[in-house]
Amino acid sequence: MVEKSVSSVIELIRTVGHHLNDGLQRLGFAARFFVMVLVYSGQSFRRLHLTIREIYFSGFQSLLIILVSGLFIGMVLGMQGYETLQRYGSSEALGVLVALSLTRELGPVVAALLFASRAGSAITAEIGLMKATEQLTAMDMMAVNPIARVVAPKFWGGVISMPLLAALFSAIGVFGGYLVGVVLIGVDEGAFWSQMQGSVDFRYDVWNGVVKSFVFGVAVSLIAVFEGYDAVPTAEGVSGSIKRTVVYSALAILALDFVLTSFMFRGL
Amino acid sequence: MPADSLVKISDINFAYDDRAILNGVTMEIPRGRLVAIMGNSGCGKTTLLRLIGGQLKPTSGTLLVDGESVPDMSHDELYAMRRRMGMLFQFGALFTDISVFDNVAYLMREHTDLPEEMIRDMVLMKLNAVGLRGAHNLMPSELSGGMARRVALARAIALDPMLIMYDEPFAGLDPISMGVIGQLIRKLNDALGATTLLVTHDVHEAMLIVDYVYFVSDGQIVAQGTPDEIRASSDPFVHQFVYGEADGPVHFHYPAAPFEQDLMRQGAYG
Amino acid sequence: MSRKLLDLWVGFFVLLGFASLLFLALRVGNLSSANFAETYQLTAKFDNIGGLKVRGPVKSAGVVVGRVTEIRFDPESYEAVTTLTIDSRYRFPKDTFASILTAGLLGEQYIGLDAGGDEKMFKSGDVVAKTQSAVVLEKLISQFMFNKASEGPDKK
Repeated sequence: MVEKSVSSVIELIRTVGHHLNDGLQRLGFAARFFVMVLVYSGQSFRRLHLTIREIYFSGFQSLLIILVSGLFIGMVLGMQGYETLQRYGSSEALGVLVALSLTRELGPVVAALLFASRAGSAITAEIGLMKATEQLTAMDMMAVNPIARVVAPKFWGGVISMPLLAALFSAIGVFGGYLVGVVLIGVDEGAFWSQMQGSVDFRYDVWNGVVKSFVFGVAVSLIAVFEGYDAVPTAEGVSGSIKRTVVYSALAILALDFVLTSFMFRGL
Repeated sequence: MPADSLVKISDINFAYDDRAILNGVTMEIPRGRLVAIMGNSGCGKTTLLRLIGGQLKPTSGTLLVDGESVPDMSHDELYAMRRRMGMLFQFGALFTDISVFDNVAYLMREHTDLPEEMIRDMVLMKLNAVGLRGAHNLMPSELSGGMARRVALARAIALDPMLIMYDEPFAGLDPISMGVIGQLIRKLNDALGATTLLVTHDVHEAMLIVDYVYFVSDGQIVAQGTPDEIRASSDPFVHQFVYGEADGPVHFHYPAAPFEQDLMRQGAYG
Repeated sequence: MSRKLLDLWVGFFVLLGFASLLFLALRVGNLSSANFAETYQLTAKFDNIGGLKVRGPVKSAGVVVGRVTEIRFDPESYEAVTTLTIDSRYRFPKDTFASILTAGLLGEQYIGLDAGGDEKMFKSGDVVAKTQSAVVLEKLISQFMFNKASEGPDKK
């Protein structure tokens, strides 16, 4: 009885150690992979149309979901914000509330989450399938470096698209807040805009949001290309990688958001 | 055999971790010839191709391609050598997101600065050679298995390589497509003046077209010779392989403890 | 899809992204109004700054002319030392009066500058000599109560 429980405790410790070792090993692979992507980026930038193509797939094709979600989130913010603010008789501050929430947090974070599930998963699926069907090996055998030819353009396509998508999300969200607040509810239009302009600082609020979305773009794109490249070359392997891309991206976005926020907006 | 060999492999060993794949393989592939490596599944044939292409490094032994040692090559030298090689992968490995035309044009666009009109002419020529000029606008998903293999073949010879390697070109094809591919392999080798290495387990199809055969089993060369010699061979392995017998030197059973012993220990699995 | 069409859409996407960034900068943010190209610094010491914060506005006659860029505590004089960054277009006389005011009853606090009549103007790095501290509501109330209490018996 005692022996059994001792051995199960040892088993538990071993399992924890096993997972930790595995995780660290993958992290190490990912870091090395990241360096390789950066090293071969020069080669792929010389053929810019590869990256432009990827901007089309991850950026342009995410436009619809980003714009629709941004509009609705802005409208909800307008409605909820008005509800709360008018209790304190300061409904003119609605513009401030909508704009600050969007530029500082919701724009970068929600856009990045949507980007991870729309474009990130597609990137992983594409690279994973190319690996499973030996296309990457074939490329390597044909003296075409798959990291320079396939991975790096997808990575940079994502990194470039992300801040633009986040800015679009925030802008359309502010417009959504305006629609509900000013057009629908009837908050004074002048107060809405002027209070917003008075309180939203470009460098402090807007620019920090852009920096955030850039960092999220790097994180999500790296996770997506790495999971694809590291996929087990079978159907189940690829679907597992897609799942991990979405989960890890979401975790990375939220954790990084906390870290970045505490650096950017600390003590104010 | 002629002294001038494009690929010289001597006493090569290769192992994944502790699992030995190749044990002291020695072979030569003369220029201009069509050589086949045959053996049952999992005997290390594909590994041999990867070693020649430099995607894997042998544990020991020497491997020369065109007089240069492949395992000692730098990344750039390796890529320079691979440009002179064409390889057909087991299931074609066509790029699924671009058309047949773009697949064949891929290497020309990657490795040369030729104008687009010239690439167009060359691609149509290659596609014509495999009989698929009319299909250049199709996507790989619209092709049958045999057609996809032929497109992959056209892609492999896109840059007129000195060495063409085929990894199981007949796998999963109907008899007619098999015959077509077999004849193409022979014709292309002679027309391009290339050297061909063919890895397959399809004895009958291969025997019709090759000049020389190596038999590999368990990572070792067990027999070799011209097709006529092979057919006349009395070697038990060759006989089993050529005539497709279920049991012989290659056993039907995966190595295991005696059956009675396993049955007695059934509790251990429960 | 042809290369040209793809380039077109990507160009459209990138321009749209930059346009929205511009919208955020100019229409939502304050880049158009409160970004001072050239500035000079003034220092002002206060006994008590109340709830004044870094980046708080500096106003004169109700117009924003600068921002508070630094607040620190001087351990020798036990005063708060604030650094004000003022737009170079606006010059103030040497006897300008700086006071900490509140927008509305409970709004944000800002520094108000009341220009004096001196001929000489402030240069960068000068110290504003005349300052008035923030009105602390608690002190005001307790003073009022105290006065009321002390007035009480006389009136009877």
